[in-house]
Amino acid sequence: MLLYVLRRLLTAIPTLFVIVTLAFFLIRVAPGGPFNQERGLSPEIKANLEAQFGLNDPLWVQYLRYLKNLSQGDFGPSYNLPDFTVGELFAKGLPISIQIGASALVLALLLGTLLGIVAALNQNRTGDYAVIALATAGSTIPTFVIAPIIQLVFGLTWKLLPIGGWGDGALVNKIGPVLTLALPQIAIVARLMRGSMIESLRSHHIRTARALGLSDWSIVVRHALRGAILPIVSFTGPAAAALLTGSIIVETIFAIPGVGRYFVDAALNRDYTLVMGTVVVIAIFTIVFNLIVDIMYAVVDPRVRYD
Amino acid sequence: MLKTILKATVFATTLAVSAGAFHVPAFAEVVYNRGSAAEPESLDPHKTSTIYEANVLRDLFQGLVMQDEKANVIPGAAESWTVSDDGTVYTFKLRKDGMWSDGSPVTAEDFVYAFRRLEDPATGAEYASMLYPVKNAEEVNTKKGKPEDMGVKAIDATTLEVTLKAPTPYFLEMLTHQATYPVNKASIDKLGADWVKAGKLVSNGAYTLAEWVPNDHIKLVKNPKFWDADSVKIDTVNYIPTEDRASAIKRFEAGELDSYDDLPTEQLADLKAKFGDQIKVGPYLGTYYYAIKTDKAPWDNVELRNAISMAIDRDFLAEKVWQNSMLPGYSMVPPGIEGYTPALAKYADMSQIDREDEAKKILEKLGYTPEHPLKMEIRYNTSENHKNTAVAIQEQLKPLGVEVTLLNTDTKTHYSFLEQKGNYDVARAGWIADYKDPETFLGISRKASGNNYSDFDNADFEKAMDKAAAAGGNPQERMKDLADAERILVDNVGNIPLLYYSYHDIVSPKLHGFVDNVMDVHPSRFISKD
Repeated sequence: MLLYVLRRLLTAIPTLFVIVTLAFFLIRVAPGGPFNQERGLSPEIKANLEAQFGLNDPLWVQYLRYLKNLSQGDFGPSYNLPDFTVGELFAKGLPISIQIGASALVLALLLGTLLGIVAALNQNRTGDYAVIALATAGSTIPTFVIAPIIQLVFGLTWKLLPIGGWGDGALVNKIGPVLTLALPQIAIVARLMRGSMIESLRSHHIRTARALGLSDWSIVVRHALRGAILPIVSFTGPAAAALLTGSIIVETIFAIPGVGRYFVDAALNRDYTLVMGTVVVIAIFTIVFNLIVDIMYAVVDPRVRYD
Repeated sequence: MLKTILKATVFATTLAVSAGAFHVPAFAEVVYNRGSAAEPESLDPHKTSTIYEANVLRDLFQGLVMQDEKANVIPGAAESWTVSDDGTVYTFKLRKDGMWSDGSPVTAEDFVYAFRRLEDPATGAEYASMLYPVKNAEEVNTKKGKPEDMGVKAIDATTLEVTLKAPTPYFLEMLTHQATYPVNKASIDKLGADWVKAGKLVSNGAYTLAEWVPNDHIKLVKNPKFWDADSVKIDTVNYIPTEDRASAIKRFEAGELDSYDDLPTEQLADLKAKFGDQIKVGPYLGTYYYAIKTDKAPWDNVELRNAISMAIDRDFLAEKVWQNSMLPGYSMVPPGIEGYTPALAKYADMSQIDREDEAKKILEKLGYTPEHPLKMEIRYNTSENHKNTAVAIQEQLKPLGVEVTLLNTDTKTHYSFLEQKGNYDVARAGWIADYKDPETFLGISRKASGNNYSDFDNADFEKAMDKAAAAGGNPQERMKDLADAERILVDNVGNIPLLYYSYHDIVSPKLHGFVDNVMDVHPSRFISKD
């Protein structure tokens, strides 16, 4: 198992290298640069700016320099927020995005799994219909609708939560963003769980367990759940990578200083170093979470072995 | 978790108790939560470009001159100045009590250092051109001259002499721009690039920088070393960037923000009904215009350009598309600059129906009818309102035999295409005044300007602009010359001005000293809060 993990981590290095290389050249293909704006700069001033950031060197020189700095953990300065390095921006923003994303994920997994089981056990009865209705609503109402509704109801009308802001990480400031992020995920998890649970409950070993006269509780929790949880495990990997790296919609509407907004803003601003930083971070999260999912498989399902 | 709650309770109790103990209002900390639509880029005065930095830096630093609550020029770090008879030598007398936040005095040498740093190519200052009127400044910035030769000299610790290339009546206005603020040499030498970090930044204005969490808040606290600290009423200013304008209004309503410098303009009518005079809308020095390729057939025909410009219903754009958050515009220079009357397009007084008839006649004469339409492409950068504006114009021109196609690109693509003189017909652009002078709006149509997106090249216009520059010593004559230049520009349709910008703020009635002005400048120093 340890060998397997090591091997997977080693293969991640060339994968990262390919991703970094592709991203580096792709963003340069986009027209315009970090210093194009409404108020055009004179060629001399633009040249001064480009020289300051080394953008006047040939592209391959910039590429090699970037790789060298990256290998030392230096992501370079942000062009659009020059008072901060990309590393500093992530050091400040990523923990915030992770807190919001992780809370939403845990909430989604717990609540979604529970709702899914309830629905499966009450298949085609009221409880099932209620969960399906909730899940359909949760996955079809976009976050940019949910978020303002939460602000209006909980913030302005009931005055229970602040409208926006991080408030140095106060609990009340997190509730709105976490709920908004979690709702669609709860819906997905509930639907997945319902489907796989129904299937699991029909399988041979469950029928055997019932024939042996085991209690309902024991059948569901100890036997059916184990088989049914696998789709949730596969879902969790990419979902975690996406949630923990922030959401531009939730962060913009709730004015949360996470890193979600950088993915879009950096590309639109041609903030090359920040674009690269976000690419590297997402790539690492995706690789790591896929690995965790594969390990989890082995833990949950005795049929899976990596030796 | 329980611990956190406990801690919070204890903290809240302590706060409540201490608030009770100090029941004297004079001791209560006055906090101004100042919402802004965007995050500043850099707090190094030499590396800034946007108004969002200007607002913060105006609170942190003091240039030689500053702006008061009405955006008029007032003494800043300099208490007085004299100008030589030929208008080229400015002698500034710095105030003796001027101090940096570290306690050291603000000296003439600080300004010499700052002005040279702004022009130093290695600084990479976007707004280096703010000091181009200074002798040899442009040369230094374009690597043709030495910093020592720049026309800036410290006569003694409190006397600064600035020599200009030519008389520049708007020089003092230019000095209100944040790029001309002084910076502290000692801390830059010691800390390098880190000198701008919160807690380290040494500044000479009413406030110092306590915290900056990107996209969350910038906290400024009152600077006790500021020469006029006694008159500063707000203890803490939190600049709170809130990009989502609808959220910002809700935050304002909930009391999280005391003011916000933008509005969801599509809801302007509703907002006015709900918030009444807390909504501030008024003319702002900015022009929204379409550049039109004057050197490319068929747009090289003045008559044709004029017909297109004439046919556009600007009232409709302002009222329906922009919900009166913009005003109909007929000149490049917006109204609001003292001593200057903008040269309006000749058809400005005609009714829309007459204008359309006239435009139709011209187009028919040139052979364009709905059956044989003129093809025109409008390029614009991504924005719902830019799109709606272009669509409205498309519809307005259709019956006249102009077939408009639209092309939307993101902002960077749009402006790099314009800058590289790409092959376009008509392109959206806007210009916001850096300083209060017509020159800033007219200069962009000069042949040599990098912002001359219409490729306008008119000898009479150049001559009139040169004449205005030469009349620098005589402000009245200069304004007349500039108006003559604008007359030529507008009559030759060097651009199609569409709208004048307006400022739109929402301001709590608790705030005082937030005075309406065409620059939308509101120094926290002059603001108080109930």
